[in-house]
Amino acid sequence: MEEGNWILATVIRAVALGTPILWGTLGEITAERSGVINLGVEGMMILGALAAFVVAHLTGQPTAGLVVAAAVGGAAALLHAFISITLRANQYVSGLALTMFGLGLAGLLGRGWEGRPLLDTLPEISALTYAGLGVAVALWVVFYHTRWGIVLRSVGEMPAAADALGVNVALVRYLAVAFGGVMAGAAGAFLSLAYRPAWTEGMTAGMGWIVIAIAIFAAWDPLRAVAGALLFGALFHLSFRLQAWVAPELLKMMPFAFTILALAATAGGRRGLGAPEALGTPYVTGER
Amino acid sequence: MNGVTAGRSSHPPPEAGAPNGAPLLALRDITKRFPGVLANDRVTLEVRAGEVHALLGENGAGKTTLVNVLYGLYQPDAGEIVVDGRRVRIRSPRDAIACGIGMVPQHFLLVRRHTVAENIALGLPQEGLLRPARRVERRIVEFATRYGLTADPGARIWELSPSEHQRVEILKALIRGARILVLDEPTSVLAPQEVSGLFDVLRRMKGDGHAVIFITHKLDEVGAIADRVTVLRRGRVVATVPAADVDRRALVQMMVGRDVESTLPRARAAAAGEALAAEALEADNDRGAPALRGLTLAVRRGEIVGLAGIAGNGQRELVEVLTGLRRAVRGRVRVLGRDVTNRTAAAICDAGVAHIPEDRVHMGVVATMTVAENLVLRRYRHPPFARGPLLDYDAIMRFAREMIAAYEIATPAATTPVRLLSGGNIQRLILARELAARPGVIIAAHPTSGLDVSATEHIHRLLLRRREEGAGVLLVSEDLDEVLALADRVAVIFRGRIADVLPVGDATPERIGLLMTGQAA
Ligand SMILES: Nc1ncnc2c1ncn2[C@@H]1O[C@H](COP(=O)(O)OP(=O)(O)O)[C@@H](O)[C@H]1O
Ligand SMILES: [Mg+2]
Repeated sequence: MEEGNWILATVIRAVALGTPILWGTLGEITAERSGVINLGVEGMMILGALAAFVVAHLTGQPTAGLVVAAAVGGAAALLHAFISITLRANQYVSGLALTMFGLGLAGLLGRGWEGRPLLDTLPEISALTYAGLGVAVALWVVFYHTRWGIVLRSVGEMPAAADALGVNVALVRYLAVAFGGVMAGAAGAFLSLAYRPAWTEGMTAGMGWIVIAIAIFAAWDPLRAVAGALLFGALFHLSFRLQAWVAPELLKMMPFAFTILALAATAGGRRGLGAPEALGTPYVTGER
Repeated sequence: MNGVTAGRSSHPPPEAGAPNGAPLLALRDITKRFPGVLANDRVTLEVRAGEVHALLGENGAGKTTLVNVLYGLYQPDAGEIVVDGRRVRIRSPRDAIACGIGMVPQHFLLVRRHTVAENIALGLPQEGLLRPARRVERRIVEFATRYGLTADPGARIWELSPSEHQRVEILKALIRGARILVLDEPTSVLAPQEVSGLFDVLRRMKGDGHAVIFITHKLDEVGAIADRVTVLRRGRVVATVPAADVDRRALVQMMVGRDVESTLPRARAAAAGEALAAEALEADNDRGAPALRGLTLAVRRGEIVGLAGIAGNGQRELVEVLTGLRRAVRGRVRVLGRDVTNRTAAAICDAGVAHIPEDRVHMGVVATMTVAENLVLRRYRHPPFARGPLLDYDAIMRFAREMIAAYEIATPAATTPVRLLSGGNIQRLILARELAARPGVIIAAHPTSGLDVSATEHIHRLLLRRREEGAGVLLVSEDLDEVLALADRVAVIFRGRIADVLPVGDATPERIGLLMTGQAA
């Protein structure tokens, strides 16, 4: 019985940890489908985590914390959008900068909040997990069965084609990137309000990078992202669980080592697994 | 939909060739300047409903620029656009679409991974949010039958041929309700037999009261389809005339500004010694199926061998094997007496082979690099362009300026990125680079496809000159006239083998046609 409980507890925690990964991944997939890669997920998540914690602490309203975290994530993403879409700077550099900026800023502002207990938390983890699943299904429908989906995917594949048909490429990209930020911010809130209700510096622990990897080997498909998120939730959790037996440094590496393996396995040789064709390239009307 | 579309069924179509009334579209004094070029200089163009209006001009004359202005992709520096008697401002394609203007661009704008229906639904916001691709399928079929544009709504773009891509582009514009349709060099992607199909479609559109702007640099097409023709030269309108009133010669005069000699000066062939030989070559295509099945062919020094055949019979694979871009499964390749079978492209190039590739923009140049850099791509590692590990930019620029003058490459400067050049000038650049090294063997794949009269003439002269200097030339071309005009011998390829090699004197189009289709032994 002891053992059975251990396994059940592991599964529950794995699903719980998979939830923020799923939220973040769904956001990132949406942004990348529009042709904009955002490597700032880690930064947006940590800003979301801190904002959620502070707001919940001050107001006693965890839901308000969640909303503010989503808004903060969205705002951070808009910064990336402005730099990479409007100014057409390199998306990879801008995203990396956003991660460094987010981690640094959260560390600075969060100094006084470390170690404080949070009394009002988001209680229903399972409800949040279901919400993530709901968003995944909804996104799948939007991507493949609505006009918005055609517009979004076309902008990510061939912005010139969308532009020639009167689609506002920049607007679509802004919205997709902002949605990605909202989801990442909410994912951060989940960590600091529900999973482990507290604020610790660096509490996202590299989850933002896992999100980017899952987006790739889920082949930018929201339903496959669910499977990826659960798998990595389990790996993340195991790396805590096995601490008694295995060196903690090794365990911390495990999800990332697995990321590398999974990416290598799904790279699909020369042609890749169908990344949006315009991913990472700024769009300029009439450029040739 | 708009009034014109609604009125279509009740009014009889206007008499073909005799459209009347006010113009449906007028461009007045359009001027568009790019850094270093005046692409459009006070261009005025009027197009009536029910007419096919040809826009004729050499490459770089400013045709694409003009229609890009009309479609809102470029903003003109001056001038106005009038649609249906009303002055309009077209700031983006969305404005153009609202004015009833549709465009089939030279390089198709289709999402390769999406289906035909998805590509068309992208332009139809009024179709509603849910399952738009499903909803447009019916309209695709309806328009397809009305205009003779067969298209499978569920097919993915990457599965389709260029002519099918073109049909999708036309459907996209028509379904959106375009009354004015612009086609930018539509025949450049079509095989000869597909052209007449396109013309049928255009005639039906004309009969429906559409206005068609048909861009071309091919003279025969003007007579075949256009009601009126406007000739552009160096950004300016030379004249607008009824197509029936001008002959070929007059059009060339207007387009080029002088007479072009139609016969090429040709010295007698003095072929001697082997330049290039392929022996019993076997190779696979991209999908792993056999493409070359024991092909044997020899080119001597000082002769041009033309390779004729229907596309897809192994021409591309042969050129790739000969230039080191594809592995030969069996057989041998010899260049100037040396065995180079399955050597690298660089080694074959050093052995004296010049390659003028089929896809000049992607394989022939690095489009983002400058004209000067592209001109030394073949030899930048050697003196005088390299000094140890460093490049000598003075030497490079000197060489570039020489080449630009010698090969008449029209470019604002030696430091202009190649992507800003027209197709003809890109091809001149490639020839300058490849021929400057005085190669003993030249492999030219479709060297003049999509080029205008003067660029074609220039390139033909260059190839003939190299032949007189003793190079062996393999000329792969789908243009039979070109093969017959240049080649000393004509080899016909069919299903990965050479069906026969004829001296040009015996090579009648009929005989070649039979060999191409495998009907003659
Ligand atoms: N985006 C651009 N930037 C700079 N120069 C351009 C651009 N587009 C066209 N040009 C130049 O304008 C001239 C006209 O080009 P284009 O309209 O493409 O000619 P055409 O379609 O008649 O072959 C050429 O000299 C070309 O190099
Ligand atoms: Mg053009």
